[in-house]
Amino acid sequence: MADTAAVVGAVEDARGTNYLNAERGIMSWLTTLDHKRIAIMYLASILVSFAIGGVLAMLVRLELLTPGRTIMDADTYNRIFTLHGVVMIFLFIIPAIPSALGNFLVPLLVGAKDVAFPRLNLLSLYLYWIGGVVALYALVHGGSDTGWTFYMPYSSKTAAPVISTVLGAFIMGFSSILTGLNFIVTIHKLRAKGMGWFDMPLFLWSIYATSIIQILATPVLGITLLLLVAERLFGIGIFSADQGGDPVLFQHFFWFYSHPAVYIMILPGMGVISELIAVHSRRRPFGYKAIGFSSVAIALLGFLVWGHHMFVSGQSPVASAVFSFLTFFVAIPSGVKMWNWLATLYKGSIVLTVPMLYALAFLFLFSIGGLTGLFLGMLAVNVHLTDTYFVVAHFHYVMMGGTLIAFLGGLHHWWPKLFGKMYDEKLARIAWALVVIGFNATFFVQFIMGARGMPRRYYDYLPKYQFFHAFSTVGSWILGAGFLVMLYYLLISLKNGAPATKNPWGGASLEWQTASPPITENFEHEVEAVHGPYDFEAALKGNR
Amino acid sequence: MINQSARAPSEPAAVTPKFHFAHHFDSAQTQFEANKLGIWLFLVTEVLLFGGLFGAFAVFRSWYLPAFVEAHHHLDKVMGSVNTVVLICSSLTMALAVRSSQQSKKGSTAFFLASTIALACTFLVIKYFEYSHKIEHGLLPGKLWHAEGFVYPQAKIFFGLYFMMTGIHGLHVLIGIGLIGWAFLRNSRSEFSSSYYAPVEGVGLYWHLVDLIWIYLFPLLYLIG
Amino acid sequence: MAGQDTFWLPRAGSTIAKEVDFGWNLVLTVSAIFFLIVVGAMIYLVVRYQRRNENEVPHGPEHNTKLEVVWTGIPIAIVMVLFAVGFKTFLSMAVAPAESLEVSVTAERWLWTFTYPNGTVSVNELRAPVNQPVKLVMSSKDVIHSFYVPDFRIKKDVVPNQYTTTWFEATEAGEATLMCAEYCGTGHSAMLGKIVIQQPKEFQDWLDSAGADAKLPPAEAGAKLFVKMSCNTCHTTDGSPKTGPTFKGVFGRTEEMSDGQKLQVDEQYIRESIETPAAKVVKGYQPVMPVFKGLLNQKQIDALIAYIKTLK
Ligand code: HEA
Ligand code: HEA
Ligand code: HEC
Ligand code: CUA
Ligand SMILES: [Cu+2]
Repeated sequence: MADTAAVVGAVEDARGTNYLNAERGIMSWLTTLDHKRIAIMYLASILVSFAIGGVLAMLVRLELLTPGRTIMDADTYNRIFTLHGVVMIFLFIIPAIPSALGNFLVPLLVGAKDVAFPRLNLLSLYLYWIGGVVALYALVHGGSDTGWTFYMPYSSKTAAPVISTVLGAFIMGFSSILTGLNFIVTIHKLRAKGMGWFDMPLFLWSIYATSIIQILATPVLGITLLLLVAERLFGIGIFSADQGGDPVLFQHFFWFYSHPAVYIMILPGMGVISELIAVHSRRRPFGYKAIGFSSVAIALLGFLVWGHHMFVSGQSPVASAVFSFLTFFVAIPSGVKMWNWLATLYKGSIVLTVPMLYALAFLFLFSIGGLTGLFLGMLAVNVHLTDTYFVVAHFHYVMMGGTLIAFLGGLHHWWPKLFGKMYDEKLARIAWALVVIGFNATFFVQFIMGARGMPRRYYDYLPKYQFFHAFSTVGSWILGAGFLVMLYYLLISLKNGAPATKNPWGGASLEWQTASPPITENFEHEVEAVHGPYDFEAALKGNR
Repeated sequence: MINQSARAPSEPAAVTPKFHFAHHFDSAQTQFEANKLGIWLFLVTEVLLFGGLFGAFAVFRSWYLPAFVEAHHHLDKVMGSVNTVVLICSSLTMALAVRSSQQSKKGSTAFFLASTIALACTFLVIKYFEYSHKIEHGLLPGKLWHAEGFVYPQAKIFFGLYFMMTGIHGLHVLIGIGLIGWAFLRNSRSEFSSSYYAPVEGVGLYWHLVDLIWIYLFPLLYLIG
Repeated sequence: MAGQDTFWLPRAGSTIAKEVDFGWNLVLTVSAIFFLIVVGAMIYLVVRYQRRNENEVPHGPEHNTKLEVVWTGIPIAIVMVLFAVGFKTFLSMAVAPAESLEVSVTAERWLWTFTYPNGTVSVNELRAPVNQPVKLVMSSKDVIHSFYVPDFRIKKDVVPNQYTTTWFEATEAGEATLMCAEYCGTGHSAMLGKIVIQQPKEFQDWLDSAGADAKLPPAEAGAKLFVKMSCNTCHTTDGSPKTGPTFKGVFGRTEEMSDGQKLQVDEQYIRESIETPAAKVVKGYQPVMPVFKGLLNQKQIDALIAYIKTLK
């Protein structure tokens, strides 16, 4: 028996063998209050969104293979890159780690039976679905063409169906708020006996910091989007210049949410990486508190830098200077994390499992993404780089090279726990290599062409950029191939994967103390945390 | 610690007042605290939602001060003041409702909840008259605007903000009426007592916030413009 | 030409470009060093500390205050330098020298118009003298655009109902590309222009003669307008299609519109195509042609029609 979970009393009946087969039928899923089932439904929806966003990205890249028309006209192109951005941001990356992995893990990691408000949790999922459908409904009418930033006054003037896209994002915002609220309360109130704040796995710290941002920033996006809808419906004029309103104010509102949102995207990824590195080098993280507090520092500082998206918008130079100054300061806690991860490897006992490979890829790619953020934060350099492919490359390196890679690492790390099955290691390594190589091939050249002056959101381009665009497009095919391999072996694993043991990696946090997959109640016994989440010695004893 | 293993996890939580807590909480106390924290966090999001509007108002007011001063004279200060009094009273009755449910006084809880609803409806009725005056005068913002005689064209922006702010606030009042009605129903089914009154308290907190927002809206829009 | 494209950056064609490139090189060096440290350390550690035995549980250090202060302190110091360098150049970008030549810029979907102090107007082509600061006072007629000249490292949004400014001082004669860098719809990527930097004398001559076309015979004046209003960026006279249909033989041709309607090209249709291009869109083309109403007077449109008629 796991000596780590002190036995306080036994649950009399555990029906079914695990949460997946506890009840059957589609209705048992749609009406479930079990956080694990909700997480699985989120996971499936998020992967579908990613595939949609990915296919759209492949179309974008294909069109850019040659200058001028390759496969579509300018209006179609504009709609496709907009939809790609909207799907990837609102349907995929914001909910990806918190709603899928987080929903599954937060209660397990605190040793609880569920999140604080299970009904609210299900409601978030439904809101996510409704928002997704409303946003994609625009497709029926040809799709929006505003870019994911919805800048005024363009978005009030275009003939495209902007309202449904915007309302979709608005509804998904609610979903995001409710999830964050649920996690904060869960972490505050449902921690197992004996688990103090500093006995929490670092993933929880990052989820906690993320939730704070979700609660504080998302409502502002909500009101911004509502004002945009009112603008389109009634022309209330707050953001439109012809009536005395101010389009630049829209940008302030938008980025007040959307900059913190980039930390909503990356913080959970960083939390995942902290876990992966600790477990797969079997080492208590170097500077636990530094990593935990730097998450909170990023969350708070992240609210003060939105203006770095607007250095050329005509905002006052003084404001720009303040924003630039603070931007550099948010980079510091990210750097601190980076060093702590490296120091955790020092004197570790490292195995290059698939999750660990993803963690290392993260360190590599996120350094590039983050450091290029410094270029953009530098006022004068930003003037040259803003709205070019340099920015496009920057955010793909941080979002895809950072968050998505962390998500994939987490998925491979917790896959055995989620489904009780192992996946094909060899194929997983091949897919990893294809993704990492394809990713760099696709996006590194974008730094070069961006620095050479290739603007973003360009359907057509000057011949001198053709080589880079073609290179990038070919890279995206390698990337796509990698994802296809991944799709293949994960599906196979669901069907005939080898059964996973309770604790395949020798992890010490609570989720590894229960069966794979867990029972509906999560733990067979009331949980008490008697050793820390990184006490691998105790965990190994328990395993044997 | 005594563990509640006897409760099978998927069984619906008992509805008896004393044991009304879900299986994943270790005690009613924890559940109570969790709910309270949840509601407070929710209120924070509400404050930020309106915060955005207040921010926009502050920005435009500083740009177009004369226009805003001119425009705010077109608001009906009397109706605004009456509505302020109405809402403050409703906050009072709400607080009394919470208190009586705390003391397990079902009858007076019902009375105070009902009075709160009545006051909230009064507020909306007055709002309705205010709105219809505005609409008659063509003060609806944007495309629907056909008022004349303003010295400053930016008065339009003022009314854009006025309708957005009071409109969203009105929507919150409407939702509040629904929530208080729900609490009223549960109260009439004797679900509340001194050991379980969290929903009344939660609704109460929400209602105080709605009231509070109006306390800011009123002077900002009606008095100083 | 003095300025050369480098691996990363286009040639430095303005005074400010050299300062910006200094900042770029600085941050590039810093980033490269940190990147190498991170990746180098990572590879070394992963190779060095491979797991040797299934049951080992290592105990490395969990703290080292000195080290932590160092690795927080050094980046802080470095980013302060980066900030200062970026800010200093940004300030010089923000304020145009007092002796600048002032040109007003109007952006609209999807074209640039430049008005010089003497009233001369040019479209999609900005001419300026070398070694002389030029201040641009910009505004948009519809949505937000952004004035971007990579060779000069300048960029500034052009906002409706507001005036934004930017300036440059070109350091060599020659051409540079102007691009629109804020997304503005269908023709965003076609909203290009040319910056022509001339010797002061040449520039002055051009400025003085630009209004002189009025006395020419219509067809010849039209030929000049064809270039000056940059119709030639989208239309050819040799029969090959570009962004727009060719003008060779267009007069009298029967065109099919995107709604299937067929019509013969006559004076009235050409006039309409120039004044309100979106009214009838030729099949197979995007509705990206700018509205020239207000930019061309009736006489100039007549001249253009006369010119187009000659292209057989
Ligand atoms: C996951 C999302 C994510 C993350 C984490 C970041 C992180 C950062 N971003 Fe990025 N950013 C985006 C997503 C993200 N960004 C998106 C989506 C856009 C464009 C939106 C659009 O316009 O469509 C954008 C755009 C953007 C801009 C505006 C560009 C423009 O349009 O003009 C700027 C400007 O300052 C910027 C800066 C930064 C900085 C300084 C960081 C920092 O937080 C990075 C910190 C990390 C490191 C620095 C690396 C690791 C540290 C070390 C190796 C140690 C050494 C460190 C030092 C020497 C400091 N970003
Ligand atoms: C999480 C965020 C995220 C992710 C993961 C991606 C992923 C990708 N993006 Fe993304 N992108 C954005 C967010 C993201 N993007 C945003 C916010 C914008 C800005 C939009 C705007 O300007 O408004 C943008 C813009 C953008 C542009 C710029 C368009 C322009 O400015 O004109 C380009 C161009 O190359 C691009 C390419 C790609 C590619 C090739 C991928 C690839 O990595 C995708 C790989 C994924 C797959 C291939 C899917 C996996 C598929 C399966 C499992 C099924 C198999 C299917 C096939 C292989 C076909 N993106
Ligand atoms: C940004 C590109 C662009 C510029 C600059 C441009 N046009 Fe066009 N033009 C087009 C496109 C695209 C079409 C076809 C679609 C349409 O009819 O709107 C077109 C169509 C026309 C037609 C109708 C041709 C036909 O075959 O029916 C005429 C005439 C015309 N343009 C004249 C002009 C003149 C004169 C100018 C300069 C003063 C000019 N254009 C500048 C893009 C441009
Ligand atoms: Cu004009 Cu983009
Ligand atoms: Cu940002």
